[in-house]
Order: sequence, then C-alpha cells, then structure tokens
Amino acid sequence: MDKAQPLATDAVNRLIQEFAKLPGIGPKSAQRITYYLLRASSEQAQSLSDALLTLRQKTQLCSCCYNISDADLCIICRNPQRNPSQVLIVEQPQDILALEHMGIYKGHYHVLHGAISPTEGVGGKDIRLNELLARLSESRISEVIIGTNPTLEGDTTAMYIKRLVTPLGLHVTRLARGLPFGSELEYADDVTLSRAIEGRQEF
Amino acid sequence: MTHTRTYQTPAIIIKKTKLGEADRILTMYSPTLGKFQGIAKAVRKPKSKLSGHLEMLTYAQVTLVHGKTIDTIIGGQTINSFLSLRNDLDLISCALYMAEILFQFVPEETVDQGLFTLLLSSLECLPFAKDRNQLLRYFEMHLLQGVGYRPELSNCVFCRRELAPITNAFAPSAGGVLCPSCIKLGKHYAYAVSWDCLGVMLFLQEGDLESVLATPIETTVINEIERLIRSYVRHLLEKEIKSIAWLNSLKQNDCCH
Repeated sequence: MDKAQPLATDAVNRLIQEFAKLPGIGPKSAQRITYYLLRASSEQAQSLSDALLTLRQKTQLCSCCYNISDADLCIICRNPQRNPSQVLIVEQPQDILALEHMGIYKGHYHVLHGAISPTEGVGGKDIRLNELLARLSESRISEVIIGTNPTLEGDTTAMYIKRLVTPLGLHVTRLARGLPFGSELEYADDVTLSRAIEGRQEF
Repeated sequence: MTHTRTYQTPAIIIKKTKLGEADRILTMYSPTLGKFQGIAKAVRKPKSKLSGHLEMLTYAQVTLVHGKTIDTIIGGQTINSFLSLRNDLDLISCALYMAEILFQFVPEETVDQGLFTLLLSSLECLPFAKDRNQLLRYFEMHLLQGVGYRPELSNCVFCRRELAPITNAFAPSAGGVLCPSCIKLGKHYAYAVSWDCLGVMLFLQEGDLESVLATPIETTVINEIERLIRSYVRHLLEKEIKSIAWLNSLKQNDCCH
C-alpha cells in the first residue's frame, strides 16, 4: 500500500488506512472516500468526525440487557410500558432493531453479543450467558424466548440456553422457524420444511 | 470449447466463514475433489434459496462455477441434512468436532474416497451410537490412518520388537508405543498405556464401524484412549482442536446437574 501512494501526504495515507480497516471497505473504496472528504465542505468533514467521537463517548452497553444504550439502562429497559415478564434473547444488537421495526413484541430483550461456535473456539463463557442467568434468577421473568439465528451456531446456542434455563423452572420458547414470507416451497431445504411441518398451526 | 465453466459434486460442508455483508466462504469435503473451498453469495440473507442447503454439516449436491481465485457456488440440493443430529446439543457438538479435526488434518484438494466414507458413515451412525465417545475414538483412529499418521501399536517404535502384555508407553513424538526398556532411554515423553487399552486401540484401528459400535467398551478405557489420542493430535497439529474445549464444558455441565 505504501508503494502505491508515494505522492499522498501522511494525513491522507493515515485516513485511507483507517477506512480500509472497516468491514466491507477495501483499499480502493478507502481511497475514494478519503479523496471525497478532501473535496467536501469542511462542515461535512466536521460533522463526520463529531458523529464518530459521539458514537464512542455517548454510547455504552445497557447494564441490564446489554443492548447499545445512551444511559445505564437502554430505552427498552427504561420503558415502564414493556412487559417485564418476557425476555427475548438475541445474538446481536442489530437483531433488536429488526424485531422493534415489526412493533408487535412488547417484552424485554437480552443481547448475547455472539453465538456459541465450538469450531471457532467460542464457548458459553465467551457470550453474555452468565449475565443472562444472573438476570433470570433475580428478576420477575417468567418466559424466556430464544431468538438466536436459525443457523447451526444459533441452534447450538439455543439448545445450550434451554439446558441452562430449564432447571430454573421458566417457560422456554423459541421463535418459530419455517418458510420465509415471499419464498417458494420448491426451494425450501429439508431442515426448514421439517420445522415448518412440526410447527404448523391451526388456521 | 470443451472446458465447461460449471461442475457438480456431492460434498459435506465442514467449515464456514463469513465474508462481506451477506456472503460465506464454505469449505467442503467431497469424495471426488477432497477438501475444497467455494464462495456462497448472499446466503446470509433470509430469502436466500441456497442457505438451507449450504449450512454446516449438510451433505449436498453442489454446483460451482470456476472463478479466478475461488469458485462460486451457484446451486445446492440437500442429500442428507442429518436432522436428528441438529436437534441434540451433544450430538451436534460431536459432529462439529469430527468436522474440525478432519478439516485440520486433510490437505486441500487431495482426493480420498475412504475418508469421505468415514465422515459420512460416522455422521449417519452418530445418533444411533450407544456410546458416542466410542464412535469418536473410532473416527480419530481411522482419520489418523487415512492421513498417514497411523500410530504404531503392535511393535515397539524403537527396537521393533513385539510388545509384551505388560504396561507399555505411548509416545506422541515417536508416533506409537515404546516397550519399557526403550522408554528408559528417555528420548521421548510418553504416557503409560495398559495392555487392555492397547488391545482396544488396535481393535478401533482395525475393526469396522459396525463391529466397533456393537462391542461394549469400558468407559475408563475409552477415556484413557481419548487422552492418548488428544496428546498425539496436539503433537501432530502443534495446536488444540478448538471444539475440544466445548465438548469438555458440556461434560462438566452434565456433572453439575
């Protein structure tokens, strides 16, 4: 990379290198963004740098559900209208955005920040499972809804959570898995189809 | 032009890595191509037609198109999704261990029909095995044999004399068992191995899957063999198999409850 940009100044190179570290941005895209910012108005550059600083200074993890938050408790945990007896367990904070967009679920969440992946060396201790168990034994939660991804890692995590939570005597459910809306039956795989049939409902 | 752009092969998905926003790089094990990689585009999107057919540990007929550096998977049809494995935490953990140890030992694009059959039949038998650990040890012994690291269990690795029915020693760095007089030379770190344990190891090495699964073996012996094979695998790979930590944590959990 140093060879390719002997003419650029240190400041330009530094920004290119920083952008290239971001997911989905290669060296060429990093270069394009950097040169765009050089041409853009100083307000735009200022606004971007402010946004970056605020992101790190004013966000933290919610002390209860580990969602991204601007205070000790996140906006969902603070809301007295939400049902405190239900907790929906998700892998990533982004999953909460998708579920909230739907607007039907009114309970609380718990973010694991990952999923168990034995072959990657990610076990139960590497995700926020101990925090979940501590929360379940203290609060008035009666139903645990497992909302991990329908992947092998998500399934492994779900089965492990069930094993840990069942002795606590709580009601454990899992988000239904079956055919996605707008898809076609002929393309469905065996696992999806078998779960769609097992989980069929009165119509 | 006779060179076709696409090709098909049956394969078991043994590793997946995320790539970019919605893609995955899959490592597959095929009876005709060995271990090979392919890129599966957009499989992390919910409406992907292929995602269900290209999940870890799925046996599928895959279609690929040649690419510059890596081939792209353009089709997949499940042959066996091993459903009964997927619904059991202990079984799927064992299956993941098998996939990982195979991935670590097998070099890319080396065809070995025997190793493919070993993986496929072990995955098929896993839900029905009375003792999963016995099946795992059988898998390890035959995998080691398939990749050229068959441990020597009948004769002393050093003096080549036939082993006597006494306690001998298994030396990972020597690739097999040493007799008591050769251990005294002190050239290799070795673990004591009982005559019974050695007999069972030989049986696992030479027996077929059916007879191994039908023969009850004492848990203490299987655990002893597990310890020996783990140390041998660690010596060969110079690292740990990551899923062992997970298998151990599941065992500990069982003890707690």
